[in-house]
Amino acid sequence: MSGVKKRINWYFAAGGVLTTLTVAYILLGMVWTPYDPGALSAADRGAPPSLAHPFGCDHMGRDIFSRTLQGAGTTLTIALAVLVIGCVAGLVLGALCGYYGGVVDGAVMRLCDAVAAFPSILLALVVIAVIGPGKYNIIAALGVLFIPSFARLVRGEFVKYRDRDFVQAARLMGVSHGRIIFVHILPNTWPVLLSGLAIGFNNAVLAEASMSYLGIGVSPQEASLGQMLSEAQSYMLTTPWTMFFPALVVVVLILGVSLLGEGLRERMGDGL
Amino acid sequence: MVKTLAKRMGLLLLTLLLVTVLAFLAFSIIPGDPTSSILGVDATPEQVAVLREQLGLDLPIWQRYWNWLSQAFAGDLGTSYNFRMPVGQLMAPKMSATLLLAALSFVLIVVISIPLGILSARHAGGWLDRVVTVADQVTMSIPNFVVGIALTYLFGLVLRWFEPGSYTSATRDLAEQLRYLIFPALAVALPRSAMTVKMLRGSILSEMGQDYIRTAYSKGNSQSSVLWRHVLRNAMIPVVTFLAMAIADIVAGSIVVEQVFAVPGLGQLLISSIGNRDYPVVQAIVVLVAAVVVVCNFAADLLYRVMDPRLKGR
Repeated sequence: MSGVKKRINWYFAAGGVLTTLTVAYILLGMVWTPYDPGALSAADRGAPPSLAHPFGCDHMGRDIFSRTLQGAGTTLTIALAVLVIGCVAGLVLGALCGYYGGVVDGAVMRLCDAVAAFPSILLALVVIAVIGPGKYNIIAALGVLFIPSFARLVRGEFVKYRDRDFVQAARLMGVSHGRIIFVHILPNTWPVLLSGLAIGFNNAVLAEASMSYLGIGVSPQEASLGQMLSEAQSYMLTTPWTMFFPALVVVVLILGVSLLGEGLRERMGDGL
Repeated sequence: MVKTLAKRMGLLLLTLLLVTVLAFLAFSIIPGDPTSSILGVDATPEQVAVLREQLGLDLPIWQRYWNWLSQAFAGDLGTSYNFRMPVGQLMAPKMSATLLLAALSFVLIVVISIPLGILSARHAGGWLDRVVTVADQVTMSIPNFVVGIALTYLFGLVLRWFEPGSYTSATRDLAEQLRYLIFPALAVALPRSAMTVKMLRGSILSEMGQDYIRTAYSKGNSQSSVLWRHVLRNAMIPVVTFLAMAIADIVAGSIVVEQVFAVPGLGQLLISSIGNRDYPVVQAIVVLVAAVVVVCNFAADLLYRVMDPRLKGR
């Protein structure tokens, strides 16, 4: 429809701006931090935000700006790694179950339903209790726990498409099952998968932040947003900035991606 | 309907059984023996052997599972390695705090989200709706423990409406407990309420576009009578299911938020037991929470069937 004036997708625009800002912030943190995030400085104990320390310093004189840079990077790395594991494995499992169906499909999906019904933080805590804490264990635990939600999502899409005319036509032409799955059907699932990825990303960030807040996260040597918040809580009356800035970074990170996901859904609703 | 119910019940029991098997297996395959954490590293082999027999660790795994399950059914959840007392006794006082917190959170979610959702949908496109939608989207993005920290700062430290960390035992009177728990409950409830508002608003708006609503208007019904008598009746169906499913999330949220407000509940016990490798306690809490989740999902499913007559007999 060429005559219709295009409406601005505010969700998409706002989400895009926020996400670009946070990603730029995190990329900056990966190559440069103004101070060593772990460096103690007796002179700067509890220093309020200033030009030298834009986010202030904590009770041990560590620069909050540098620490949020590093902590946000850790959170992003974990969240992305979790998404890769969950999405790739979920995609393969969901595609096979949805395309072929049958008894295996039924059994796998019951198991997925059962796992997906549980709050991921709780299950991750249990897995960590069994295999022990640490960055890679968290990635493994959350990654595996994220498989079912992606598998269910992808399976639903494959069930929707597997008997469509274009798939039937491809089959009649003798296209192999593998090619039908990956070349003919998979590209159609992108819109749904993308908004699923946005939700999954936020759940991963949330789970990582909660776990490091509870002290079952990455090792204490590495700055993490959840752990900064947990430390800041004891000092927040005298140094509220130690609490405010890490919280702000977490919220902006989640808000940006959730707005992007929302914008994506709105666009699909318009008939993408 | 009876046949469906029986089938669902069977599935429910099967899921519960699967949960107990998984919870038991997960903690049985862990390398390392609980005896070393109880006796310390320099225990003699004889001491270890005696304790292993006491704890029943010398039996084959299926027999240990059976003993554990049958004892659990008889009310004996095992003995905590760390506190040297029955797990049931350890959990009982903590359970009341968590239960109260979860119940309060649920009530808050309903009280906050249903009026806001209806209000927002009724004025869809207006300034009120826009304010609610923006506030909603932001609230949804704040993790519950961050809400908790902010509430502690504002109401605990600045306004001094409550004293953070003053909730100690469950023996005090209920009014005082509720007065403290209202803040952690709010922390659990706010992000979840935001999701519910969004869901309810969407559900109402999609019902508003249906043919039967146009018919109701054309018969001369006023806007409010259409809303209350026609729209909400159908729009509430997915929301009620959503709320029933939210109970699992509320329990998980309580576990984290309890840490923020120093509420001595199941969450605190779970975190400290994970740290101490006190597996009987972790196992019991996991099975309990899992059972709550499974039963709530079952209830949500039933409720859905009762509320939507089209699903009768399916």
